[in-house]
Amino acid sequence: MAHITLPDESLPGIVGLFNFRPETTGALQLIAETLLRGESSLTSGERELIAAHVSYLNNCHFCHTSHASAAMAHLECDLSLIDDIKQGFNQIEISPKLRALLNIAGKVQKSGKEVKESDIEAAREQGATDREIHDAVLIAATFCMFNRYVDGLGTWAPQENEAYREMGQRMAFTGYVRYAEADL
Amino acid sequence: MPYIPLPDHLPGITGLLEYSQVTAHPIRILTQTLLRGESTLTAAERELIATIVSHNNECKFCTAAHTAAADVLLGEHETCEIMKQDIDAAPVSEKMKALLKIAKQVQVSGKAVTADAIALAKERGATDIEIHDTVLIAALFCLYNRYVDGMATVAPSDPAFYTGLGQRLKEHGYNRLPNGYDHLKTQVQPS
Repeated sequence: MAHITLPDESLPGIVGLFNFRPETTGALQLIAETLLRGESSLTSGERELIAAHVSYLNNCHFCHTSHASAAMAHLECDLSLIDDIKQGFNQIEISPKLRALLNIAGKVQKSGKEVKESDIEAAREQGATDREIHDAVLIAATFCMFNRYVDGLGTWAPQENEAYREMGQRMAFTGYVRYAEADL
Repeated sequence: MPYIPLPDHLPGITGLLEYSQVTAHPIRILTQTLLRGESTLTAAERELIATIVSHNNECKFCTAAHTAAADVLLGEHETCEIMKQDIDAAPVSEKMKALLKIAKQVQVSGKAVTADAIALAKERGATDIEIHDTVLIAALFCLYNRYVDGMATVAPSDPAFYTGLGQRLKEHGYNRLPNGYDHLKTQVQPS
């Protein structure tokens, strides 16, 4: 049971929080939409992998598995590859640039101060642009928010990867915004 | 030196929000809603939550900025400084102490929030919405602190800079200023 009384306890993770406090929901959804599906030279699949990686490091099962499922949908990978994110990307094919950005994201998960000049240099050597470095840091920082929101209020999460299949498809292809931008 | 080129006259978060206005837009809306929107917590109380989280994340810029905002809203400097040392000694309500302790746990991890901390806040009269907002404000500052330090932005050393910023946050909140920030170009010297 969540730490607060939610209108529909059957809804897992952040979904249950969305209809508790509609005043903050629109902005939260637009943040996810802009960062993960907005204009970027990183693909949505790459950005979802960053989100899933940070969520795993934060031990947030709901965010990790749902964003991993969205990444699999974008990358047309089998859902069984979700667990490869936990093992440090041995099977999922990722570019050296994305690996360097995932390293930066992992540092951000610990603390902003953990990101060193050498981490940035390593990403640049693999061709990462200022914008891509910025986006990787901001996505990682943002999931340090989402993960704390979801777990800090004690929401529940389905265990099995399979339970996230449809959710991932919806996140990848329908997107995150269910409120019109005009309402904000 | 920031890891990417940012405007000299906009240190800390302010340069990042101008560098990337498209991503800044919904983050600003969320911040304005949480810190200045309708709430049974005062704006000063909500700035205290932002301050304790930034302090524990050791983010110099955000700590100084939100300390200044809380100070100007409270009209004194003592509360923030006492709170940073010892929440229980701070001159705030018992409910607020319990909420600040929840915020401190959120800073560590969402999983670090204990049922006991929640129960204490409820015993002291905190509503579900107040607990929700405390957790989300604390989580939001875990975003800001990492964004600001992860990009190695500059934190000015001159205290007068933060006094000015605190005043601006009191008067204008967190929405982008309608005319942008070019008028600040002459005011901030790179530290």
